[in-house]
Amino acid sequence: MTATQDGVPGGAVRDGAPGRPAPLDADAIRADFPILSRSVRGGRPLVYLDSGATSQKPRQVLDAEREFYTRHNSAAHRGAHLLGEEATDAYEHARARVAAFIGADPGEVVFTKNATEAINLVAYAMSNAASCRPDATAGAAAGTDWPAAAERLRVGPGDEVLVTELEHHANLVPWQQLCDRTGATLRWFGVTPEGRVDLSRAGELIGGRTRLVAVTGQSNVTGVVPPVAEIARLAHAAGAVVLCDGAQLVPHRPVDVTSLGADFLAFSGHKMLGPYGIGVLWGRRELLEAMPPFLAGGSMIEVVRMEGSTFLPPPQRFEPGVPPAAQAAGLAAACDYLSALGMDAVAAHEKELTRRAIDALGGIGGVRILGPLTTDDRGGAVSFDVAGVHPHDVSQVLDELGIEVRADHHCAWPLHRALGVQASTRATFYVYNTPGEADALADAVRYAQRFFGAG
Amino acid sequence: MQIESLYQEIILDHYRNPHHKGLREPFDAEARHVNPTCGDEVTLRVALKDAGGEPVVSDVSYDALGCSISQASASVMTDLLIGKPVSEAMRTFQQFLELMQSRGAAEPDEDVLGDAAAFTGVSKYPARIKCALLSWMAWKDATGQALEATAGRPS
Repeated sequence: MTATQDGVPGGAVRDGAPGRPAPLDADAIRADFPILSRSVRGGRPLVYLDSGATSQKPRQVLDAEREFYTRHNSAAHRGAHLLGEEATDAYEHARARVAAFIGADPGEVVFTKNATEAINLVAYAMSNAASCRPDATAGAAAGTDWPAAAERLRVGPGDEVLVTELEHHANLVPWQQLCDRTGATLRWFGVTPEGRVDLSRAGELIGGRTRLVAVTGQSNVTGVVPPVAEIARLAHAAGAVVLCDGAQLVPHRPVDVTSLGADFLAFSGHKMLGPYGIGVLWGRRELLEAMPPFLAGGSMIEVVRMEGSTFLPPPQRFEPGVPPAAQAAGLAAACDYLSALGMDAVAAHEKELTRRAIDALGGIGGVRILGPLTTDDRGGAVSFDVAGVHPHDVSQVLDELGIEVRADHHCAWPLHRALGVQASTRATFYVYNTPGEADALADAVRYAQRFFGAG
Repeated sequence: MQIESLYQEIILDHYRNPHHKGLREPFDAEARHVNPTCGDEVTLRVALKDAGGEPVVSDVSYDALGCSISQASASVMTDLLIGKPVSEAMRTFQQFLELMQSRGAAEPDEDVLGDAAAFTGVSKYPARIKCALLSWMAWKDATGQALEATAGRPS
């Protein structure tokens, strides 16, 4: 196992004034990311502004995965040999470190493939709860009070699932599908012109029929951070369960599930310096215990007979197959790395870059920023429209200058429609980005305007 | 810069002043194609006429939302295909498709492809090939439908 101190960023942590996080030293941090020293497109330095799609990985994370494969590799949670013990320890130790990162109990942390799978897990567990026999499922095996807890997860005709128009497709399409399977109705909060959740109809939208409210923790397009705790308070008062899509939240801000307000939190490892192929579903214990399985197979069973099976308690109930222990070790190393930087400092760093990018881009004629022009309750996704130049063309010119941004609807098609654009160009910032890169972005956008005669 | 091989002046000209744009009547079939990653879309109509027992592309009209490459490609395509027998137009389509899949290795036959030869540079950018092919694929789809719709129709 990689010792915790090996996961600490080299020289990147400074002492700050009392009460204020120490500023990040992005130059020192960059030294930990091998990919950032490569050049692109004719020898230009890489300016990576697409961390919202996936983050780069520090050597501490790469080393943790390599360490697992070179020293401990074997199938966790099966086999009594030494390597099996070490692999199981690595996997469960990783779960504990990831849980600590979000203030959770390890027993409430389920490893999934990514945030998308975590959200689907809840959606399918809900329709499974709606369709399977009460005595044949989770509650019976776990010995919990099945009817009371599971009743909160059952949806059917007349029930409502509430989302927002801001959502990434990963937190929208699974709920559309759940409604199709169960006969429940999908409803949604609209967005305000600056891309925030329009809560003015909350009293009408949240009511006795609402069974689940699914809301993003931070928009991957506008950077908006909706008031999840307030929405959760309203939802809980109506008896609804709340899921927060934390894919863009957990990597960028301090998150503590004891104050978040939500009952479920989903996030992906690869957007927070960790490996692909691992994500997390955190859920309140009583809900996880009441949930029937989503994917079934080995590792998640208690007793299997030809006539039927019973299942393990959470989190194992939701982790069929050989566990991704190397990826879990990598994600834990990413959590350690971010913890050493301090999530308050990470958020402050991104706020400064966002402020700089908004000011620089906002000062360019013909550029419209989608989302708030302030950094209040707003993270580091800066999406924009360049009049007369399609986002593909903007990004192609930026790419030629070594600046990598995303250009499309960013898997949030309804939000783009609501904001009156077909697609947009998006820059997203992370711990290794510098103020100079935000300036380079604005210069490159001006160049793209001149290239296409739109300046 | 290499990007000038992508954005040839011919392409930018077609983008700024697209030919044959706008949906027209009459038409025999219509197809709507979308690029699901970016949301770019084209609605394209094909009209055929019979010329001595051989179907000929009498009109291609379209409405499109998208980047310079997809817009210019639609414009160039209509210049190339309108007035051609369907069999010859299909061969042009096939040549353009092969050019786009060549990763920059193919030598375009300018006698066949005309202005479309300017898209050779696009084939070096894998993410943009779909943009260049969007309207061509819609044309192939609509033409297939139009052939079925017009089969057996008295000329």
